[in-house]
Amino acid sequence: MNLWQNYLRPKTLSEAMDAFAHAPRPLAPIAGGTDLLLDLEQGRHSSVQTLIDVTEIKELLALEIRADSLFIGASVPVNRIVLNPRTGAHAQALTEACELIAGPQVRNVATLGGNVAHALPAADGTIALAALNAEAEIAGFSGNRRIPFQELFVGPGKSSLKHGEELLVGFYLPLSTRHQASCFKRIMRPQGVALPILNCAAWLEREDNAIKDIRIAVGPGGGTPFRATQAEDSLRGQHLNETTSESALESLLAQAQFRTSARRASADYRRHIVSGLFRDTLETAWSRAK
Amino acid sequence: MNNQISLTVNGIKHNLEPVAGETLSALLRQRLRLTGTKIGCEEAECGACTVLVDGEPVVSCIYPAERADGKVIVTIEGLAQRVHEEMKLHPLQEAFVQHGAVQCGFCIPGQIMTAYALLKRNPNPNSDEIRFALKDTLCRCAGYPAIENAILAAAESLRTGEPVRKPNIPDSIHVHQSVGHTHLRPDGIEKVTGAAIYTDDLVFDGMLYAKARRAMIPHGFLKKLDISKAKALPGVVAILTAEDIPAEHNHGLVIYDWPVMVGVGERVRYVGDAIALVAAETQQIAEQASALIEAEFDLQPVITNPVMAHQEGVPQIHEKGNLLKHIKVRKGDMEKGFAESDIILEHTFHTQTTDHAFLEPECSIGVPLADGRMEIYCGSQIPYQDRTQVARVMGWDESRVRIVGQLMGGGFGGKEDVMGQIHVAMLANVTQRPVKLLFDRHESLLVHPKRHATQIRVKIGAKQDGRLVACETELYGDTGAYASLGEKVMTRATTHSAGPYDIPHVRADCYAMYTNNPPAGAFRGFGVTQSAFAVESAMDMLAEKLNIEPVELRRMNALHVGSITNTGQELRESVGLMECIDRVSSVMCQASGLPEKELFKPRVTPDTPHLVRSWGFAAAYKNTGLGGGAPDKSGAEVELFDDGKFEVRSSSAEMGQGLVTVMRTIVAEEMSVAPEQVKVLVMDTDLTPNGGPTTASRQTYVTGNASRYAARTLREAMIASLAEKYDVRPEQIRFENGIVHANGHSMTYAEVAKEMKAMGQQPRALYEYEAPKTQPLGTGGDMHFAFSFGVQAAEVEVNKLTGEVRVLKVISANDVGMAVNPLGLQGQVEGGVMMGLGNALTEEFIMDNGYVVTDHLARYRVPGIMLTPEITSIIVEHPTAEGPYGAKGVGEICSIPTTPAITNAIYNAVGVRVDKLPVDQEMIARELWERNGK
Repeated sequence: MNLWQNYLRPKTLSEAMDAFAHAPRPLAPIAGGTDLLLDLEQGRHSSVQTLIDVTEIKELLALEIRADSLFIGASVPVNRIVLNPRTGAHAQALTEACELIAGPQVRNVATLGGNVAHALPAADGTIALAALNAEAEIAGFSGNRRIPFQELFVGPGKSSLKHGEELLVGFYLPLSTRHQASCFKRIMRPQGVALPILNCAAWLEREDNAIKDIRIAVGPGGGTPFRATQAEDSLRGQHLNETTSESALESLLAQAQFRTSARRASADYRRHIVSGLFRDTLETAWSRAK
Repeated sequence: MNNQISLTVNGIKHNLEPVAGETLSALLRQRLRLTGTKIGCEEAECGACTVLVDGEPVVSCIYPAERADGKVIVTIEGLAQRVHEEMKLHPLQEAFVQHGAVQCGFCIPGQIMTAYALLKRNPNPNSDEIRFALKDTLCRCAGYPAIENAILAAAESLRTGEPVRKPNIPDSIHVHQSVGHTHLRPDGIEKVTGAAIYTDDLVFDGMLYAKARRAMIPHGFLKKLDISKAKALPGVVAILTAEDIPAEHNHGLVIYDWPVMVGVGERVRYVGDAIALVAAETQQIAEQASALIEAEFDLQPVITNPVMAHQEGVPQIHEKGNLLKHIKVRKGDMEKGFAESDIILEHTFHTQTTDHAFLEPECSIGVPLADGRMEIYCGSQIPYQDRTQVARVMGWDESRVRIVGQLMGGGFGGKEDVMGQIHVAMLANVTQRPVKLLFDRHESLLVHPKRHATQIRVKIGAKQDGRLVACETELYGDTGAYASLGEKVMTRATTHSAGPYDIPHVRADCYAMYTNNPPAGAFRGFGVTQSAFAVESAMDMLAEKLNIEPVELRRMNALHVGSITNTGQELRESVGLMECIDRVSSVMCQASGLPEKELFKPRVTPDTPHLVRSWGFAAAYKNTGLGGGAPDKSGAEVELFDDGKFEVRSSSAEMGQGLVTVMRTIVAEEMSVAPEQVKVLVMDTDLTPNGGPTTASRQTYVTGNASRYAARTLREAMIASLAEKYDVRPEQIRFENGIVHANGHSMTYAEVAKEMKAMGQQPRALYEYEAPKTQPLGTGGDMHFAFSFGVQAAEVEVNKLTGEVRVLKVISANDVGMAVNPLGLQGQVEGGVMMGLGNALTEEFIMDNGYVVTDHLARYRVPGIMLTPEITSIIVEHPTAEGPYGAKGVGEICSIPTTPAITNAIYNAVGVRVDKLPVDQEMIARELWERNGK
């Protein structure tokens, strides 16, 4: 069986929406395709008639400063995100996450939009964006809208995007100022699927040797990308030291819902190793924000 | 849909019609016939299909062809440049050949393209940058250190304009004129230019595509099979079921117990059993038809492991029961042995199933000939066995079948059993058209035999001073649904289960059991990988109890000349074990700057107290050759052509390990010519004499000897002819650099060939070499004609918080008798270490009640370049008298001690004993946190 019958390559967002409206269904947008094509091939995705290639849509390929935000188009290959100095300057956690996604050949085609659209609660790019307070821009038949990043996620593998009607255009990240910094780290296991068993991103702002503001995301810590809001609350206004870090960790452990994934990691193990990962990520972000 | 795909490939513009569902790799391979781009997995895991799109490396197997419209593509075929009549290799290609980075060659296009993109971006990369760029470009021969060195050398050459720097590989200490020096592979250049042809690269006129319908249930009876819908599908040419099997229904390597297809009313024994075969005009139609075949099964309880299979009252999978073989080793008196022991230690170990994951999936093409014969193109470790098995099932005389072996993208034991060979013969015979059956990675993982999972109990008794007195082992081996080489593999596991030690009292019992898992058969190490893990772990546990250093305990008990093995064989020569132990130990001390007794203690650096380092040590031995009384023969033929060049021929298999280089070097030695003057032809049952199976680390020894004696025979014939012609005594005739001198006369080899033909003689010689006789297990005497010995030390770093393990350094010493080609040997040693490291840390073929969980490469991880430690290879050369120039086998021994060296190092670092493979970092972390009471 052919994986697709029609392959469309719109060059603009309006061409793309036109394709969504009129192309033979079932249809699916394809960005890098490094997951989608395998899902189709291995029967995890229902079969499609039309693939709409979104990698040449100019609106989705921008990576630029827009007003007080860094805009990263949904179709920008993750390797371009890694190499772009603006991402490094304003969203180091994202650079670090993107650098760890798959291997170099895949990173040259895989996109951040694809990473997010799969709605996995622990995708590396997703966890970084969650900590960076991103907003997502979505195109639909009735125009574009911007929503907080977290609202893209409904449940494990379930996105709020209307399939076949809406398209991720890109992400807006607040520009970084002095004394703000971020960090992403993860823990793998050498057997089985090369997905992290735990990852963590932290963004924080320092003021007078205390944490003025902070955002922490951990995956998988629930069905959607988990923000450790209670740990954030406990750290806000505090100096980062062993005591504050320890009590933040307790808050995190109380709030996160770690689960057991067969043959990958037990909930117990995740609860145990999160402490080192959490401290490490936090401390790195803290020292970067000096 | 777009009207045209317009793309530039290697500088040439193409305008092509779009094809629905086509990937870039399919466009390149099938439409443009650029078959240098290889398909290893089709799931973006292995990187073999890497090409450059607008300068960036991408995996072409999941790149939609239509997206390539307007793009500039560079493939491996686009790197070398034609300068006048000659192909000028790119420095990367040159360096890959020079540095021995090329073995089976299947991954090489991907490696070179990825490296090429790296050097374009970064002309002076360091080792970390190379590793980062090549992270997901897998090499199963695992020549990662050579690949890295080749890239560094190429980068240097590109920067300076100087010729590519050659590697610094020491010669053998027993060096001859050709033998013992580094020589380049005869197939190296074609493998770096993309010109090398593997089976799937072949296309025949009118060729059909086949697909086998698999049962996909682990145990049951086939109740109903309906092929009508599939048959009605346009484009389907033939569908065969068990009723169509012409003669014998079963195939197998030793025991014919594996049905070619399972028929209605018959028993399905594993998910991979074939129940029907389809041949169709296209691959897509064949797959569609296969899915339309309707089957009903009467499911039976599943036997999931060998211990369960041995219990009373469980279902019996085969007529003669679940027990394939009870294997026994008896030496001395166990009661006495344990009574004399001061300390007795007992522990049970488990090893996992693993897959060879050779990067080239199985492919066979059957081509019917007008005269009624059948040619089968395939990659096979035993071409003559394939011929026998095909002929038996077809009901033909063997001479009606010709196996034409192609370049093989790795074997490692996994291409000894027939896979598609019989199926394509049946389909090609019925349709009278060529038929190709290519496994995808999914089918390869489901169907072909694996490494045996085992349970091994070791009970070991020693004197207080460390002398081993008694060793008792009990092994269970999971041979899966069919015997394959299970009996032989588990025999080797059993005979080697007390380690390379001189122990007076030994008893071993092994139960090789059928289960409903995929069959298990040959896999590099042939059972010894498993038992070495058990006994070498037990040795370290014993060392701790006795408070003796691990190295010292092994020194004290090591096999030496004069020792009697467990099977009653006196070792009379070529036992380099002690030298391996001493040299690894001394390099370990040098590398770490520690005295021997400090090596195995935990070490932390103050900055990172959660990261603990230590060394681990392990020793092993492994037979060369079949042994156990099996006649061990190989045939080779050497011919002198009219142009003065030689050809050496044998059916023995080249799967990347470098036999062709060994054969050509040996013939060059005997004929006093440069190796480049010798061509090699292998793996063709019409054109090459039977070299026997390529297994048991035997080919350098047996086919090396066959080549040597065939060359000598030809040399003598040449001398005799010239002696007669010039009327001189034979000893007055000298061979020198391609010239024969006979008492003042000089002739080129070309002239000698013509002269011999004029005298009515054929300038060729066939020699069938038979290795020294061996004795069956249980009869005492020489069970094997040679053993190789290996010792490895590994330095690991364990993260106490997460349990993560990193292997930093591996030192590997191997007594190989004599290094025929040191460059090829280096590749074997490094690849062996990496395969052992994978066995320890990354690889686990998982079954769930007979169903395969790891049915894609994404779920079965083989080690990549990022996991590659610093590997130091020490070559130890205790020659064996009968071996060619003293050589014995190396293919397996270099992989065996790695796993226990790593797990012993983990214990030395953090005190957690790994007794179940692979190493589970969660288990390590859990033990540590439970120990600390939190």
